[in-house]
Amino acid sequence: MTNIKIKVNNLSCFYNNKCVLENLSIEVIQNEILSIIGPANSGKTTFLRTLNRMSDFYQDYSRKGKIYINQENIFDMNMETLRKRVGMLFAMPIPLPMTIYENITYAPKRLGLIPSKKNEQDAMVEDALKGASLWEEVKDRLNSSAMRMSGGQQQRLCIARILAINPEVILFDEPCSGLDPISTAKVEESMMELKEKYTIILVTNNVKQASRVSDRTAFFLMGKLIEIDKTDKLFVSPNTKQTEDYITGRFG
Amino acid sequence: MFKLNPKLSQKLAYCLLFCSMLLTIFPVLIIIFIIVKNGASAITWEFLTAMPKDGMRSGGILLAILGTLSIVLCAISITLPIGVCAAIYLNEYAKDNLLTRIIKLSIVNLAGVPSVVYGLFGLGIFVMYFKLGVSIIAGALTLSIMELPVIITTARNALNSVPHSFREASLSLGVSRWQTIRHIVLPNALPGILTGAILSIARISGETAPILFTAAAFYVPHFPHSIFDQVMALPYHLYIIATQIPNMPKNIIFGTALVLLMIILSMSFTAIFLRIYFRKRRKW
Repeated sequence: MTNIKIKVNNLSCFYNNKCVLENLSIEVIQNEILSIIGPANSGKTTFLRTLNRMSDFYQDYSRKGKIYINQENIFDMNMETLRKRVGMLFAMPIPLPMTIYENITYAPKRLGLIPSKKNEQDAMVEDALKGASLWEEVKDRLNSSAMRMSGGQQQRLCIARILAINPEVILFDEPCSGLDPISTAKVEESMMELKEKYTIILVTNNVKQASRVSDRTAFFLMGKLIEIDKTDKLFVSPNTKQTEDYITGRFG
Repeated sequence: MFKLNPKLSQKLAYCLLFCSMLLTIFPVLIIIFIIVKNGASAITWEFLTAMPKDGMRSGGILLAILGTLSIVLCAISITLPIGVCAAIYLNEYAKDNLLTRIIKLSIVNLAGVPSVVYGLFGLGIFVMYFKLGVSIIAGALTLSIMELPVIITTARNALNSVPHSFREASLSLGVSRWQTIRHIVLPNALPGILTGAILSIARISGETAPILFTAAAFYVPHFPHSIFDQVMALPYHLYIIATQIPNMPKNIIFGTALVLLMIILSMSFTAIFLRIYFRKRRKW
C-alpha cells in the first residue's frame, strides 16, 4: 500500500476572481519526486505557492478546496508551522545577505531548533551542506559571504538551508531555470538523494528534467490537470493528445 | 520657419543645462563666502565656550549651541522610534485599503504644513494644554511632529530598498513576519534610516518658527537644569542679535550664522560619508 503524503481535494485558486487553477484533485506519495510540467499560465507555480501558503500574502488571491498533509488540513495550520514542514526552493537562488554558515543557522535559530553547543551547530551546518552536495566546495570558507558564490552553489546553499529545518516536503519551483547544465546536473543529483528522506514536488519548464528525475509526472494546462501518471508511462505513451504534443514539443 | 540644425541645438541645450547647474551652485558658494568672510574673525575659543556678556554684544554663544543641540536631540529621540515603527507598519503590514490610503494622505499633508503653524500648534497643545510651559520638551515635541513625515518617508524608502526576495526566502523557511523584519529587513535598512535621521537633525537644527513659541528664550544666563527649562537656540538667537539689539558687532552676527551653518553642514557631510561607507559594505 502506498503512503499518501499530500492529498489535494477540489482545489481552485483565483487571482482577482479569475480562475487560475480549476478543481484540482491530486495525491502525492511519500518519498517520491512528482514533477509538474506545463506551459506558462497553467497554474503550476500557483499550486506550489498554495501548498506552503506563500500565496496568502497576495491580496487579490483567493482559493477553495482542501489540502491535507498526513491527514492534517494545511489551511487550519499555523502558517509558520506549515512552512517549516513544507520547504520551498525558488526559481532564482536567494541567499540571505550573510555568511554561508549564518545562512544555514538563520532559520533554525529563529525557530528554536538550533542546538546550544557550538560543535553541535557546526555538525548541523556540515550535515545540511553535505545533504545538498555542497560541503566539499565550501568547507574552507564557511564564514565568507554567501553572495559571492556562483549561481549553482547559491541554489544548493538554499537547498541546504531548507534541510537545516528538517522539513517533510520540499517544493522546487523551476530550480534550474537560471543555471548552466553542470550546475543543473548537481542540483538534480542532490534531488535524487533527497527523496530518500523527503517528499519532493518539482515544477519545471524543462520536460527532459522531469523525465530524468521524477517518479511520476503531472501535466497542467490552463489551470487544469490534464494527466498524471508514472513518468516512464507518461513519456512513452501518454493518454491524451495534448500531453503528447507538449512533451514532444509540437505544442501550440 | 527657422529651423536649428541638430548640432547647434545640441550645443544650446547643453549650455542651458550647464548654466542651470551653475545657478544652483553659485548661491551656496556665495552664501558660504559672505558668511565666512564676515564671521570668521569672531570665531574664537571663547566665542564657542563662554557665556554671553554685555547684553549679548560680546562673550560667547555656548548656551545657544547647547540649547539647540538639546532640543534637536530630544526631538529626534522622540520622532525616530515612532517614525520607524510607523514606516514598518505601512511598508510591511498595511494592506492597500482605505485606512492605509488615509494614513498616507495625512503623512503627505503633514509634510506640507508651514512650520509656523507647527509652532502655534505646539504652543496650544504642549505649552498651554499639557502645561509643559516654554521648555526644551515642548519644543522637541513640536519639532518631532514636524519631522515625523520626513522620517517616515525616508525610513519607508530604506525598507523598500531591501529586496523583496529576502523576505520571501525568510518566510518560506517558516520564520515569522516579525522575525523576518527584525533579523533581515531592519538590519539591511538601518544604514538608510540612519542617514535619513542625521539629515533630519540637520534640517530641524535650523528651524526657528516651531521653537519660537515653544522652547526658545530671548536670553537665559545659565545652563538648562532639566528638559522643562527654556533655552536659547541658535537660529532664534541669530534672529534676535541681527534685528533686536542695537550696536551689535557685525562679526558676532556673522560668526553666529557661521557656527549654525557649520553645525548643519557637518551633519550633512556625516550623512553623506556614512552613506558612501555603507554602500561599499552592502552585500547585495
